[in-house]
Amino acid sequence: MADESKGTKISRRKFVKNSGYVAGGVVGGGLIGSLLGVNFGGTEQTSTAPAQETKFNQALMYFTRQADFNTLGAATERIFPTDDNGPGALELGVPYFIDHQLAGAYGNNDNEYMQGPFYTGTPFQGYQSALKRHEIFMQGIRALDRESEANFNDSFTNLEEEQQDEILQSFEADEVELKGVTSSEFFEMLRTATLAGAYSDPLYGGNDDMEGWKMKEYPGSQMSYINEIEDDDFKEIEPSALNEHL
Amino acid sequence: MVKKLDKVDAVTVGVGWTGGIIAAELAKEGLNVVGLERGSDRDTEDFQMIHDEYRYAVRYGLMQDTSKETLTFRNKPDERALPMRQLGSFLPGEGVGGAGDHWNGQTWRFLPYDFQIKSETDKEYGEDKLSEDYTLQDWGITYDELEPYFYKFEQTAGISGEENPLGAPRENDYPTGPMKSSPILDRFKEAAKNLELHPFQMPSANLSEQYENPDGETINACQYCGFCERFGCEYGAKSSPNVTVIPTAMKTGNFELRTDSNVVEVLHENGKATGVRYVDVKTGEEFEQPADVVVLTSYVLNNTRLLLQSEIGEPYDPETGEGVIGKNYCYQITAGADGYFENEKFNTFMGAGSLGATVDDFNGNNFDHTDLDFIHGGSLSITQTGRRPIESNPIPKDTPKWGKEFKEQSLHYFNRSLSVSAEGASMPHRNNYLSLDENYKDAYGNPLLKLTYDFTEQDRNLHKYLSEKAADILHEMGADIVEENEISEHYDIVPYQTTHNTGGVIMGGDPETSAVNNYSQMWDMDNLFVVGASAFAHNSGYNPTGTLGALAYRAAEGIIKFLDEGGQLVQADKNSQLV
Repeated sequence: MADESKGTKISRRKFVKNSGYVAGGVVGGGLIGSLLGVNFGGTEQTSTAPAQETKFNQALMYFTRQADFNTLGAATERIFPTDDNGPGALELGVPYFIDHQLAGAYGNNDNEYMQGPFYTGTPFQGYQSALKRHEIFMQGIRALDRESEANFNDSFTNLEEEQQDEILQSFEADEVELKGVTSSEFFEMLRTATLAGAYSDPLYGGNDDMEGWKMKEYPGSQMSYINEIEDDDFKEIEPSALNEHL
Repeated sequence: MVKKLDKVDAVTVGVGWTGGIIAAELAKEGLNVVGLERGSDRDTEDFQMIHDEYRYAVRYGLMQDTSKETLTFRNKPDERALPMRQLGSFLPGEGVGGAGDHWNGQTWRFLPYDFQIKSETDKEYGEDKLSEDYTLQDWGITYDELEPYFYKFEQTAGISGEENPLGAPRENDYPTGPMKSSPILDRFKEAAKNLELHPFQMPSANLSEQYENPDGETINACQYCGFCERFGCEYGAKSSPNVTVIPTAMKTGNFELRTDSNVVEVLHENGKATGVRYVDVKTGEEFEQPADVVVLTSYVLNNTRLLLQSEIGEPYDPETGEGVIGKNYCYQITAGADGYFENEKFNTFMGAGSLGATVDDFNGNNFDHTDLDFIHGGSLSITQTGRRPIESNPIPKDTPKWGKEFKEQSLHYFNRSLSVSAEGASMPHRNNYLSLDENYKDAYGNPLLKLTYDFTEQDRNLHKYLSEKAADILHEMGADIVEENEISEHYDIVPYQTTHNTGGVIMGGDPETSAVNNYSQMWDMDNLFVVGASAFAHNSGYNPTGTLGALAYRAAEGIIKFLDEGGQLVQADKNSQLV
């Protein structure tokens, strides 16, 4: 069972590469939606693999334009790319993780002090924006595309990897003008949200099939290590998620 | 309309470790106590989904809701203070059990040197060791006087440990034996011995065995699952107020726990506290709870804020050095080093909050400071707290923070890196203090607390020294790459450092330079006690909970004595100990 599932993963990864999407090839929003939504987790990939259920929780809760969502996906993939170690942000479901987070407490800064007046502080006083995170993400994602058009005459998703990196670096270095927030603050938010999506419990929609944990040799949510804690050898443990605690 | 309730013997503000200890001790004596807690009810059964790094460690599931209340911050008195809009540098708790639910459980006794730091430093190194800007002072109590209270807290919590060869002397063994060691800890201990240091197993509130405390409460045995820090324990195996003192108080029938109750003012008349005013956070209704004794048992920051807001005691003025409320705010210096091992993997994901090994050779006055440009020091430890994947991406310096190389390196080193870290003692400075903010208010319309704080020269020198020592140990442990931590240009409110904030309502022998006596009783108001790390006149090189537990047991004894006899429990020492 485990082997079969691994086989599916590899073919899935190849499929992503061959689609040209990860390499920055031209793919329309609708097609990407269907790739991510159906074919990646779909039943029609291989005839030998056991039937996998469609992931009905992979739909958009926050974003309203698929183009924005695709830009987000391409940016997260540059931050955490697919490589020989395993899947990147797209295949792990990170864009869905971020979409769902932006629709909730995280996107709306529910537990944060949002009263004014707002002033720009020193670099040691922390985040002082009047904007909520979902507004920052939306503005930042649109700006990624705007900068891409301005510099390379194409949308962010259509750029070569190196060009995408260049755009992201300009955000990281505060070279892009945004309203009410700096581009480096947006970039840092995007970076940390990408890592959270790659490694949080799969219940949040990222870390698909615990592949993020497997790459990191992290066993997830285990009940006890009392019988192993004193052992000298490194333990390779099949990960477990919170689903098992129900 | 404020609704006035029936008077009780004592009311506590906050129900964490200190509030729980006060409640248990008073209720056992037959006194009736009300515990007011701004957060919600919470217990072990709320921790069944606790193995969730994202919910609890990244999004701070058990911590203070800063949308309602936060503080403002600036590095220097001449800067504009701005709100800490989201948590970062430290993580205060909220809800029953307070920060005692999500602590790691590292339970120390401060050194004898700590309690008499001013006189001891002057005696050994002369009065000019630190400049006049450092407001160093004795605590008005000695370690020997506090020793029984330390033990009482350790017994309540069932602390697991072994003798620290360079620590404060103990009259009794720890209630339970040390936790299991692990290859990571063994490696540290062996390297430390090779360097002629004195390693031992860290004292822990993650218990090595099931234990019944003197109040009859059972704490279970730790399972080493790796989810302590920032998490509650689903096994009831980490000592917390919820599994010890709160149930003890409840069983007496004399304690009423009132949640969702946010205290906004200490009421007083003619130099006597009459009770507290609080808001029901669910309904907005206001209540007045009269009491013979009012006990502030909330976090360091809120203890100070309530006094300032209620106009009790003289606020500290950094320009004149006069006044005491808000004075001597201290933090800790988190020095250390990281080591990267190319050919070995460790089970870093296993562990417990206090699974660690420590050396005290560079702490307090355990080493000669004659030729050094700082005083005190810090404990140096390796801890195996359960490494988690979102926030732990160990990469050597100069590795990019994202992209292909980042991914490669952070995966590679996740189980191939170890850190030795120091809890560096922080000495009080005249420009580091707490006051009320003029511009920003909380959800109830009251001014936020304002923190003015920056690292000092003493901090920088100590940081460098301790980081070098940590690096020596990692080299001896066989790390291929060793990198010392660097201190930031100024104290930064954003990255997490430590939730070991102290001071603001400090303890001492002289009312001119301290706010409370050694029973945590206010010099200015006999029936008001302010309990917790807010009483620390400086911060030491250890986690503070053991010491605040000891002070809480001492305060409980004082409150019982006060209810019997009245008046000031301690004769003020008229000689100022201030530099």
